[in-house]
Amino acid sequence: MVSGLINANPIVYEKKERRVRNEAAVPDEYAVEPIDQLEIFYHIRDIKDPEHPYSLEELKVITEDAIEVDNERSYVRVTFTPTVEHCSMATVIGLCLRVKLMRSLPSRYKMDIRVAPGTHATEAAVNKQLNDKERVAAALENPNLLDMVDECLAPSYA
Amino acid sequence: MELLDGNLELKEIQKLQGHTDRVWSLAWNPATAAADVPKVFASCSGDKTVRIWEESPSTRSWDCKAVLEETHTRTVRSCAWSPSGRLLATASFDATTAIWENVGGDFECVSTLEGHENEVKSVSWNASGSLLATCGRDKTVWIWEVMPGNEFECIQVLQGHTQDVKMVEWHPTMDILFSCSYDNTVKVWWSDDADGDWSCVQTLGESSNGHSSTVWSLAFNAKGDKLVTCSDDLTMKIWEADIIRMQSGDGYAPWNHLCTLSGYHDRTIFSVHWSREGIIASGAADDAVRLFVESKDGSMNGSSYQLLLKKEKAHDMDVNSVQWCPGEKRLLASASDDGTIKIWELGTLP
Repeated sequence: MVSGLINANPIVYEKKERRVRNEAAVPDEYAVEPIDQLEIFYHIRDIKDPEHPYSLEELKVITEDAIEVDNERSYVRVTFTPTVEHCSMATVIGLCLRVKLMRSLPSRYKMDIRVAPGTHATEAAVNKQLNDKERVAAALENPNLLDMVDECLAPSYA
Repeated sequence: MELLDGNLELKEIQKLQGHTDRVWSLAWNPATAAADVPKVFASCSGDKTVRIWEESPSTRSWDCKAVLEETHTRTVRSCAWSPSGRLLATASFDATTAIWENVGGDFECVSTLEGHENEVKSVSWNASGSLLATCGRDKTVWIWEVMPGNEFECIQVLQGHTQDVKMVEWHPTMDILFSCSYDNTVKVWWSDDADGDWSCVQTLGESSNGHSSTVWSLAFNAKGDKLVTCSDDLTMKIWEADIIRMQSGDGYAPWNHLCTLSGYHDRTIFSVHWSREGIIASGAADDAVRLFVESKDGSMNGSSYQLLLKKEKAHDMDVNSVQWCPGEKRLLASASDDGTIKIWELGTLP
């Protein structure tokens, strides 16, 4: 790895086996299909890390267990774990997660994206920024940042 | 009609569609409050446009009269009418504030205010229309003097906030400026004498019973002696000042925390607005609109406020702005991430 990276040698984990989701026995195309943890995980597992050629799943930045879904309240919470404590890419990763879910989930869903407690030196600041929709909106109007986000999201649409 | 007797409903009069992205903010034209003038308001959006809406006096339905576009190149975050209703100021993430003049129904951009380093988030006119304030992500608040011939001159850049400034609002009768910020505080800016410099005379922060997260918006009651603020900390706070003292020239009278309304919201509160008759409306990220009034039974602790009505699912997504119509009727407009604006009327159940 080229030096100058925030985390030059991240630990790479194996991808989880791709399970087939349990579909309803009698599919009813008019029923509102509840969204579960696994579905959210599938939307975000292949997002590429901003500075490594690995997915967020391979780096264990996200795991299925760190996803909370409450269909009754149309609420999703994703807690992610940056690879190192001072990872300055945490905001970009959070932005990628938010954008991917904004584009994938029905608009009624409310979401909170958070850094796992104790995993980031400026946890509160990162969380506050990621959940301020005005700052997110402004960031996504920045062409350079949007390019970076879209590049990370590309594998997740494959 | 006694508000607290119950049986109130917030009735949806019309849903206005046209914006192609979230609607951030709206503003009623104050000159259209009189009964014989059609009501008008402006809305602004992530689609980079501003729309002007007017009520037809005959059919009572609302139509889009003008689309102000191709001036701002990014989100238009907020808009404000001058007190006369002749000029409309629009603040944009493109770092500029545009001034539009209504020339026989057509809106022309007559001035562009540049100076902020990046996103401008809010704009406000003072009571006389002689001053304009703007604020933004660069943590500053700018005061502009309105000169003849649609010229605007920056007279001071106010520094003090440590994070981006979300909103600026002038006091309804006096030249006192309020700003609220991502740094969790509200700052009060005042000038001792007419030609003097503006300075921060008070900071309403967590240590003075203030908010513990981003303060998104603030509004005054009709008299101007009370202020309501709302925040990402899920509370609204009421503040009070002795404005009689200030009006009589006895110097600055500080704003004191009166009470906190907590437990009503479970997601960020983006907007608050106080009606002339004392009803506070709130718009929040839980898609609901709520109305509050001061409680009649004066408790031992002084002032308290209670929930009058909660309109669940007022919109399909976050409610970004709620604004009472300045006229006689109890009309409220709300703007949302769902791209629509709704007009509501507060009335009694049949």
